[in-house]
Amino acid sequence: MDIQLTPNDVAFRDEVRAFLKEKLSDKFTKSVVGGYIDKDTIVEWQKILYEKGWIAPNWPKEYGGTGWSITQKFIFENECAEAGAPAVVPFGLKMVAPVIYTFGTEEQKARFLPDILQSNVWWCQGYSEPGAGSDLAGLQTKAERDGDDYIVNGQKIWTTYAQHADWIFCLVRTDSNAKKQEGISFLLIDMKTPGIEVRKIDSIDNKHSLNEVFFDNVRVPVANRIGEENKGWTYAKVLLTHERTAIAGVPQSKKAIEQIKEIAAREMSGGKPLIEDEMFCAKLAQIEVDLMALEYTELRAIANAAVGGAPGPESSILKIRGTEIQQAVSELAVEACGYYAHALTPGIGNDYASPVSTKYLYGRASTIYGGSNEVQKNIIAKMVLGL
Amino acid sequence: MNFDYSEEQTLLKDSVDKFIQNDYDYETRKKHSAMEGGFDAATWQTFAELGWLCVPFSEEDGGIGGGAVETMIMMEAFGKGLVVEPYVSTVLVAGAAVAKAGSPEQKAEILGGIIDGSRKLSLAAIEPQSRFDLFDVTTQATASGDGFELSGTKAMVMHGATADTFIVSARVSGSARDREGVSLFLVPANSDGLEVQDYPTLDGHRAAELTLNRVKVPGSALLGVAGAAVEVLESVADEAAMALCAEAVGMMEKLYKETVEYTKNRKQFGVPISVFQALQHRMVDMFTMHEECKSLLLRTVMSHQAGEADFRKNVSALKYAVAVKGQKSAHEAVQIFGGMGMTDEMSVGMYLKRINVINTLFGSGDYHLKRFMSL
Repeated sequence: MDIQLTPNDVAFRDEVRAFLKEKLSDKFTKSVVGGYIDKDTIVEWQKILYEKGWIAPNWPKEYGGTGWSITQKFIFENECAEAGAPAVVPFGLKMVAPVIYTFGTEEQKARFLPDILQSNVWWCQGYSEPGAGSDLAGLQTKAERDGDDYIVNGQKIWTTYAQHADWIFCLVRTDSNAKKQEGISFLLIDMKTPGIEVRKIDSIDNKHSLNEVFFDNVRVPVANRIGEENKGWTYAKVLLTHERTAIAGVPQSKKAIEQIKEIAAREMSGGKPLIEDEMFCAKLAQIEVDLMALEYTELRAIANAAVGGAPGPESSILKIRGTEIQQAVSELAVEACGYYAHALTPGIGNDYASPVSTKYLYGRASTIYGGSNEVQKNIIAKMVLGL
Repeated sequence: MNFDYSEEQTLLKDSVDKFIQNDYDYETRKKHSAMEGGFDAATWQTFAELGWLCVPFSEEDGGIGGGAVETMIMMEAFGKGLVVEPYVSTVLVAGAAVAKAGSPEQKAEILGGIIDGSRKLSLAAIEPQSRFDLFDVTTQATASGDGFELSGTKAMVMHGATADTFIVSARVSGSARDREGVSLFLVPANSDGLEVQDYPTLDGHRAAELTLNRVKVPGSALLGVAGAAVEVLESVADEAAMALCAEAVGMMEKLYKETVEYTKNRKQFGVPISVFQALQHRMVDMFTMHEECKSLLLRTVMSHQAGEADFRKNVSALKYAVAVKGQKSAHEAVQIFGGMGMTDEMSVGMYLKRINVINTLFGSGDYHLKRFMSL
């Protein structure tokens, strides 16, 4: 057993650090407010990563990946998060691209991958529907063949950043008579196609991330279908179980805890700084202990994957505990801010309270998306415990 | 970065796992616990023959120089088997105190006996009022001729009645809660003026209360530097806490696995109760809590191995987590076993009891959370 990084990995880490020190200016680190960042800024950052060749560590090298080891990918994600780099927008780079390079035709790869790599095109994800959330395979948006096109009708919901999107990747029903998982196809749809309407959803954090997307006789070329007709569920599922690093958000939670300590040093309670309040500190310490456990659980999973092992049982808890801890941290941050956490106008009282509240509210989604934590528990019960 | 065992460690793990699986089922454990002294002397001798009693001692002291990883391997397996033999009290606590503080003569005299199974020692460092503060010592040691005279009361001495010698902490100077002025003394169990009151604890182990009434020991009974025992005691306690947490982690693994098996076989409403989501999610939580404590255990063990400064902080994080999550796991197991969980027939109740005892030994969850905050 040895927790030390190899000399090669240390050298790699230093290289990443040097790059971040040079390129990651305040413009980027200070641009993430309450979990949000504006489109132009994040695209600019992604283009910097692209220029360096580091935008898509998880892609195969032939399509523009880095060829890094699992440990190197982990180090990279960790260093970026610790330095406060904005997270890359996942929809193109991490969600649809793997489906395209794994199941797409050569023509599709050539058409879509370079623009994703260069952040020229913004993607969004069309999976959930009003009647298909955790039970995603129950989706009803229909695609009917008409010559070389599909005619798509239906509605998607919870579509994050659809207002920015140039393209949407969708799961649609192409066979209503088959078993529900077997009648689904995977379509790439240009958001400029006539018949698509995006409607904003007012969310609890008063920001605009969520949308509904309506499809009214939207004509999509069959050439935009990935893989075979009615096999879309398989492709989406492969992606969902695809190995993902940094799912636990450990460095982000560490940074958030540091921020709580800074806030608690400035906030007063009972005539002294909140950071000297034993009950508050006990709550903080409890979260820190859980985070220490999560950090090593992730290291165990990474070490296991690095030697080519199947994901061990420990990896299955990363999403659940990671999001629970993120929420606990964000709840405590709000508590630390006291009254000003409720002031809607940024800058009232101090400059930290308003974003903390936004982040707290936005973060309630983390245990819902990506397969709700209850669904994750169902999966562990079945796949790990054999129940 | 790797979490792999070395070849020697793998062999050790195979050997102790195999022993627990083949020769130490719950019925055997119950038998051992009911024996005079509270464990099986023949099994203790087997431990000696298998080389397990020498694991943590340096090669110079006759051991194999095992570290925190080896101790973790032993204790996780002992936790699964609910082993009652006095491994913690003799080898990991008293043995460690001698190895850390003893003179070459004391080490030569005592450690060889521990390793060959002929000697058993127990640490007597707790007092009724001290709770978890090892510096809170009122037992007095006064100079008397060439030696000392000890008077006071010692509490919850693990396996006290079967120890041939006690390591007693006593105050040579200062007042009750001073960190300075505490010494350790080797006190033979048959000393005049020493009373040993033996009793069972709720986990099927045994402990004793000691009353020392002007017990005379020679000058050579002093273990370590006079007046400077607290540091030794706290170092022993931190390592022992880590070992007990390894034991608890072994138990937490058994708890979720046995609960999963039980629910697959237990039928109600015409189906195995394992199909109920309310129970499934609780078992997933038990699994999760085990993995979390295992991660903290590895973190602590690796920081001890690397001699890192944050070892103590890691111990406290681990002990706190085990206190909360270990007990929660055991409660969940008893609940899911239903009425059967309340019976002495099933081992889950015994895991619950042992975890409760572990949670108090060498500092409760709250004690360690507080210490975590101060470090």
